[in-house]
Amino acid sequence: MRSRVLKAIIKKDLLEVSRNRTAWVPVVIIPLVFFVFLPALFLLLPRLSFFQSTTMPTNLDPGQVLSVLPEEVKARFAGLSVDQLIPFAILGYFFAPMFLVMPLMVSSIVAAESFAGEKERKTLEGLLYSPTTDAELFTGKALAALLPAVGFSLLSFVLYTVVINTLGYPIMGRIWFPLPGWWPLIFWITPAVAFLGVLVTVLVSARVATFMEAYQSGGMLVLLVLGLVVGQATGIIYLGVLSGMVIGTILWLVDWLLLRFCLRLFSRKVLIGKV
Amino acid sequence: MIQLDCVTKSFGTTRALDGLSLAVRPGEIFGLLGPNGAGKTTTIRLLNGLFPPDSGSLSVFGMDPQKQGSEIRARAGILTETPALYERLSAEENLLFFGNICGISQQKLVQCVFEVLDLFGLEARAKERLAGFSKGMKQRVALARALLHDPELLFLDEPTSSLDPESALQVNDLIRTISRDGGRTIFLCTHNLLEAQRLCDRVAVLDAGKILASGTPAELAAALFPGVRVEIDMEAPAPVNLAEKLAVCQGLRSIQWEGGTALMDLADHADIPGMVATLVSAGARITRVEPRPVSLEEIYFQLRKNHGGHT
Repeated sequence: MRSRVLKAIIKKDLLEVSRNRTAWVPVVIIPLVFFVFLPALFLLLPRLSFFQSTTMPTNLDPGQVLSVLPEEVKARFAGLSVDQLIPFAILGYFFAPMFLVMPLMVSSIVAAESFAGEKERKTLEGLLYSPTTDAELFTGKALAALLPAVGFSLLSFVLYTVVINTLGYPIMGRIWFPLPGWWPLIFWITPAVAFLGVLVTVLVSARVATFMEAYQSGGMLVLLVLGLVVGQATGIIYLGVLSGMVIGTILWLVDWLLLRFCLRLFSRKVLIGKV
Repeated sequence: MIQLDCVTKSFGTTRALDGLSLAVRPGEIFGLLGPNGAGKTTTIRLLNGLFPPDSGSLSVFGMDPQKQGSEIRARAGILTETPALYERLSAEENLLFFGNICGISQQKLVQCVFEVLDLFGLEARAKERLAGFSKGMKQRVALARALLHDPELLFLDEPTSSLDPESALQVNDLIRTISRDGGRTIFLCTHNLLEAQRLCDRVAVLDAGKILASGTPAELAAALFPGVRVEIDMEAPAPVNLAEKLAVCQGLRSIQWEGGTALMDLADHADIPGMVATLVSAGARITRVEPRPVSLEEIYFQLRKNHGGHT
């Protein structure tokens, strides 16, 4: 596989996505809303006197908040005041699965643009007649979706870390984030979810005609994230270090199975029948 | 350069190619003519290794497209019916991308891009996105892309079918220039017979996946229309009893009238003076006598008629 060919495909795909506003606007908006605006709002609002007097519970029982959490997490919360407990639990713990929206969204958008978009704009034929191999085409396009998904996720993680440590400092009195469970989430689960987004979108793209159809159908994967959010909130799933590694490993196995299907689908013999 | 022997290919119950055999020699412009659905595009896709044949054998540059498709595509260029270019990218960006995936060295690539842009008169608009280009300009960019890596063989699949007459003429002129100056082999698939007549050294007529005939236009004309065809213009009215006099004229095989013009098929060039003398003696006032070469269109329709196709 020639790295120069892969680089050319990645560069071209990303250039195309960057010139499609429908594709890149959500990529910018979502992290700003989820990982800057919401945490900032959450950390700043309770400190405003108006909200303190009207909305903040004055006699919140930390035991109620902690009741759904595993023992391992409860131990971490020991000694926190009510003011500290809320941001710690929500931003440090319950928010974690929401983070997976980012790699999923970016990979689905770029993959939909790259795979279904080529078909929609009738540019695929030109690529099929090029001297690239099927493996180079697939790898280049998959990387074009995977790399920005992981990159934007890391960037969002850095932003999130800075925002909640900075704005949360007056409450927590120390740098407290990231919690240990976030490391496997960021470096093991996030790439697996991003790759899952790519592969599902490739499979969907083989059956639909347009970028939007592929993106919307691939977007069903958000249900997976919602499942994790609900699971985490109800205490069924706990994204700790070990559980994170296990969930990530399962996702990578699913990716491996899907990859085999995708490679079978992504051959000139199959693709030329769809142009 | 290209060899196909008894190649068949079916898609479901539709037989796209039915025992196709042909050979293309280095340096020639070979035209594969036929109506839509005849199997022309399927032939190009097979030759580029995009899918395998059901049976038969084929080779390009002596290589098997199924095993060495990538090598073949690296030495060949293609222009398809639709340009298949990226409209959000500029002409230059498109060419740089395809140059990179074709393996042109980085040092040479920029120079190659500007050479082809210059050749096709696109230099001034190199930085503009393709979305603002006319169809003809896009097709010129696509032709530039096909030539960027200096291929030995060029596949042209209906290169002008979606263009207006002026743009089609421009693209045809460019194809002629490429063939003349570069000595490349060109495999042209078209249903535009005038285009084929202007460009091709040899042609094959394809219908329902089968070759009806192949050869130079002159060879096909000689086989289908032996003798010579002459157009004779006469002032009206035609002399009385002209038909009777012509009926006994030596060498006359058939005659058709188009207004004041007689279109005559004669056995040989040597029969022309006798025919003219007969007409003059019958009182005809002849204003023009001109041997007319058989057009590719006439050959094509005669072949289709002989093989039971629609004309």
